[in-house]
Amino acid sequence: MIRALGQQSLYLVREFGDFAVFTTRSFTEAVGSRKLGRRVTRSVYEQGVRCLPVIVIVGLFTGLVLGLQGYYVLNRFGSEGLLGTLVSLTLVRELAPVLAALMLVGQAGSALAAELGIQRNSEQIDALETMGASVYAYLISPRMIASLIVFPIHTAIFALVGLFGGYLSGSVLLNLQSGVYWAAVHNAVRPQDIRECFTKAAIFGLLTISICAYNGFNAHRRRTSTGARAVSASTTRAVVLSSITVLAADYIITSLLVNTP
Amino acid sequence: MSAPTSPAADLFLDVRGIHKRFGENVVLSGVDLAVPRGSVITVLGKSGTGKSVFLKCLAGIVRPDAGEIRFDGHLLNAHDADARAEFRRRCSYLFQSNALLDSLTALENVALPLEQTTQIPNKEIRKRSLEALQQLDLEKHRGRFPSQLSGGMQKRLALARAIVTRPELVLFDEPTAGLDPIRRNAVFEMIVKYQRQFGFTAVLVTHDLPEALAASDQVALLDGGRMQFQGTPEAFNQSANPMVRAFRDSAGSLRENIAALRRGEIVSSEEDL
Repeated sequence: MIRALGQQSLYLVREFGDFAVFTTRSFTEAVGSRKLGRRVTRSVYEQGVRCLPVIVIVGLFTGLVLGLQGYYVLNRFGSEGLLGTLVSLTLVRELAPVLAALMLVGQAGSALAAELGIQRNSEQIDALETMGASVYAYLISPRMIASLIVFPIHTAIFALVGLFGGYLSGSVLLNLQSGVYWAAVHNAVRPQDIRECFTKAAIFGLLTISICAYNGFNAHRRRTSTGARAVSASTTRAVVLSSITVLAADYIITSLLVNTP
Repeated sequence: MSAPTSPAADLFLDVRGIHKRFGENVVLSGVDLAVPRGSVITVLGKSGTGKSVFLKCLAGIVRPDAGEIRFDGHLLNAHDADARAEFRRRCSYLFQSNALLDSLTALENVALPLEQTTQIPNKEIRKRSLEALQQLDLEKHRGRFPSQLSGGMQKRLALARAIVTRPELVLFDEPTAGLDPIRRNAVFEMIVKYQRQFGFTAVLVTHDLPEALAASDQVALLDGGRMQFQGTPEAFNQSANPMVRAFRDSAGSLRENIAALRRGEIVSSEEDL
């Protein structure tokens, strides 16, 4: 048992090291890579445009539920005028970056892990290596750079749509005056809240796309499965690890930024 | 094993004592191969003898456990990134599965190695890629994706991608796997034609004996983790080596075994599977 524990620990340490090297190489080897801009644009489209409907739908319903729940809870204390404050701060500081990241992991991250796993299985990655191309610069860097663009934009869209959802349920469906709602939103959100929101979005994007890419890229190294099963297992692992990482990173970033003036 | 026919100084690729094992499974246990410059050399062997692993060791896709590979006189060391990069710049690898990038068109696939490994202007890359496609009669399919091409066309496209960088060494892993006899012959003819045209050195791995003997300057037989023979096709045909004879006579023995089975005699060759 101790031996198994030791082996597992060594495996984890090695995997952390490999992951760090993988992420670093993905950035360093991007320097000077030809047609990188074109590949980044394609990745922005794949991650961004395709995920937009999901972000809008989830953002809208999150705002609707927040508005509804918030209105009735605040109404108990006669403070429904603070609904805009509640919805905006909850969305901007927490829910928008976390939920947008989870949605992007579910759609773009899983697709990326599966695509790289299949490319590994069908020797496309080996082909790139034998021709002397930088696999990292060609396949991984564009996705990582795109994540730094897409995640903050989608988080902003999520927050804006969510605010609109809160307005719909609080002011259109219930009795709160729209001016009160929007004034509360305006007064509540400070520049540092927006900064925190974008910081989280960028970090989540980088972490999750790195994790998904790493798992897909190394699908052939799985110890328990091979072939299509390895791709499937790698994709599942990528999504699970990324989701946990988002929540853990959210706590760490929040605890670091929460007292920042 | 027969001695290489060329002096060591003329060897373009000199492989000595390659060992490779996967867990308990020893695949290669001291493989040697001498490849003279500008020649076509075919490594023969039954399925599962480690031919593809050997070729992948040469290409650097699989790292050998021991042994040395000299390319144009320079030792290729796994830790010597510059030597490896130089080797990759001058070498191409044709995968058994073709390994074409399925999200790129035929033209983009051919242009990819030039685009990613050279500083040639885009206009020149396009020109050279179109030339390579034209040479392999694929120009009119340049906008198609690999999945929209037949197996033979994909093979030609993979060859176009392999030769577009004007390599000095091309490694072919089972270039005729899964092809019918007519296409098999066509692929071997194509390899010899372009080898003559471009002058590269070619190392092929296959188990198509007649075609390999017709197309190669030298053949080698890999069995039991070692190279059991290397020499000219004529020497292969005359060799008294029992492994060479067994491989060479396999077509004849099939006819005899089938005849024996039809006569109701028990013939067992299942251990060869």
